Amino acid sequence: MEEKLKNIKLYLFSIFGSLFIFSSISANAVEIEYWQYEYGARVEAIDKLIANFQSANPDITIKHTYFPYADYRKKVAIAVAAGDGPDLVQLYYGWLNDYRDTGLIQPLPKDVFSHDDIESNFFKMVSAMKVDGDYWGLPTAVRSLALFYNNDLLKEAGLSGPPETLDDMVNYAKKLTKRDGSGNLIQEGMAFDGGIGQTHHFFREVLVRHFGGKPFSDDGQKVTYNDAAGAKALKYLTDFEKTHKTTQNGFMNRGQDAFAAGKVGLYIDGSFRISKFKKAEGLNFSISELPGHNGTRYNFSSFWANALSSKAEGAKKDAAAKFLKYLTSDEAMQIWLDTVGELPAKPSVALVDENKQHPLYGPFIRGLDYATATTFVSEKPQRQSIVDAYDMVVLQDVSPEDALAKVVKKEQELFDDFFGN
Amino acid sequence: MFRSFWENLTIKQKLAITAWLFLAIPIIFYITIRFYPTYEAFYVSFMKWNLLGAKKYIGFKNYIRIWGDEDFWIVLWNTIKYAIIGVPISLLISFTVAYYLNEIRFGHQTIRALYFIPFLTTAVAMAWVWRWFYQPMPIGYFNIMLSWIGIPQQPFLRSVEQALYSVMAPAVWAGLGFQIVIFIAGLRAIPKSHFEAAEIDGAGRLQILREIILPALKPTTIFLIIISTIGFLRIFDQVYTMSEDSAGGPLNATKPLVLMIYDFAFDEFKLGRASALTVILFLLLLFVSILQLWLARNRYAKK
Repeated sequence: MEEKLKNIKLYLFSIFGSLFIFSSISANAVEIEYWQYEYGARVEAIDKLIANFQSANPDITIKHTYFPYADYRKKVAIAVAAGDGPDLVQLYYGWLNDYRDTGLIQPLPKDVFSHDDIESNFFKMVSAMKVDGDYWGLPTAVRSLALFYNNDLLKEAGLSGPPETLDDMVNYAKKLTKRDGSGNLIQEGMAFDGGIGQTHHFFREVLVRHFGGKPFSDDGQKVTYNDAAGAKALKYLTDFEKTHKTTQNGFMNRGQDAFAAGKVGLYIDGSFRISKFKKAEGLNFSISELPGHNGTRYNFSSFWANALSSKAEGAKKDAAAKFLKYLTSDEAMQIWLDTVGELPAKPSVALVDENKQHPLYGPFIRGLDYATATTFVSEKPQRQSIVDAYDMVVLQDVSPEDALAKVVKKEQELFDDFFGN
Repeated sequence: MFRSFWENLTIKQKLAITAWLFLAIPIIFYITIRFYPTYEAFYVSFMKWNLLGAKKYIGFKNYIRIWGDEDFWIVLWNTIKYAIIGVPISLLISFTVAYYLNEIRFGHQTIRALYFIPFLTTAVAMAWVWRWFYQPMPIGYFNIMLSWIGIPQQPFLRSVEQALYSVMAPAVWAGLGFQIVIFIAGLRAIPKSHFEAAEIDGAGRLQILREIILPALKPTTIFLIIISTIGFLRIFDQVYTMSEDSAGGPLNATKPLVLMIYDFAFDEFKLGRASALTVILFLLLLFVSILQLWLARNRYAKK
């Protein structure tokens, strides 16, 4: 018995001893954690950037963690709350207020990221990350929307070139829709996912503006798309499914899957979708700018930002800031564009002629010129508003006016809660 | 010191202490991971808390907001619908299957296994398969079958009216195996002599069913009702997996209480409101359990 106890003591001693030695060896080296969601090309790009960064900074090690998008928000919140998790974290710009309010992230140190530098070098939309005089994150890349179209299907329908106006788009969609003998949809003219994906952005920032409205008041505290313009915009959007019957929510799972399978004529999405469609066998597609209306064009821009989590302190914070500096460098932006297909966050890198005339990225980059980034209070419930309004009109035959009145009332409550009115 | 204390005890005392030591494990386990969190949930339900900051006492405000929330009443009604429709349907099917399965010998084991497999399958994996079954034409299995027999396509998950039942179907199916096995056990436990006596008295099949089998199965049935009611009131995996964006849509048509709690807690970080909803669910489950225990006690009183 005594003998055994001695053994155990010795064993424990050796464990703690080795832990102690190990920790003193690594005192100079810093290990930080970087978190993002799992998406093939993004993971690949960050791995490349980490490798570059580590060879330039051998004393910093970066642990790259990623997991499915569905769990992303929850895991980040719970991990940081438990004093665990990332030092540097990716977040969708629409979540800024959620993350800031819950104390998940901290402001960027001004000595490393000077405001003058940010404001003169980055696209204007990055100002969405500035709250209360501080920047809370910076993007490597930005996004905008464009119209993907299937060349073979357009040719088959006798159409040449992409639709240039909203009215054109309806006519194209009708001509590109196919049904079988018993009337079942077998090819979508224009695919929308009933509010999810990029559709709600397209509605808010493109359609509402085209029909003469504005999604939110200038001070960002009032939801204003429940007017005649909003109703027209919602009618335009829902008519594709309800009246023209060129789309069916859930057809082949999602619009992007149906488009990749060559069963969709027109489809709106971001540049990050290019890599998926490039890999789709037998798909012959092109990209154009979003159709205009009455001679103007609108677009929606967005981005994922990198932010310092509230957990990062001391040496880790310095290391994380250093890596963030690299992530937002010109070099990183070009790597990101080439790997992921998202557009550089600085005009000086994005708006070079080579990129502007690029057959695939060009339309997105040109779209950045006339794009707006929505300032979300909370992205998820606000997306749900559009999804619900869409469903009320399509599934329950509610008028667009009534549907908007209902969802905007709820969205406004969210705003009032947030702004403390 | 410990040794002398131990040696001064009588054997009876030693036995009691040993027993308590073993019993202490589940008690400590329950206190730390069941009772303490339950207490916390009650406590947090009176707070405003976003997971990271300090908790702020706000009285009954969380409950008042829930009471005034239109969605809460839809969600509560959905939850009740899952139970009051799902439980009778699943018990009826499982009893019928068990009744006939009990009468056959050939293939009995195989068929019973076939019914039991869904019970062993991960709910999420199964829900995904069903989600694809419900797709529109070029993919969806159900719609393809409907078109073979000339019935128009159904929207299933994309319909405010059909979605709840479409989500309920795999949940019912998954629970059948368990219920059938319990029912068969119950049927086998009825003494053969009862049936023989009934036959001698010239009772028909229906009479045997009504006068012997059903009364004899009452304890089994009550047990299954309790278990499956609680199961349906806590439905989550199927809805989370099968509804678009895991939102419990379309238009909240499939959203149960548990999903609402989950959304408040981990999407909007409103832990106070989520805890208040948890307390409501707790009370609902408590009410159902007490009601059913009371029904069960009636049975003993009769005996």
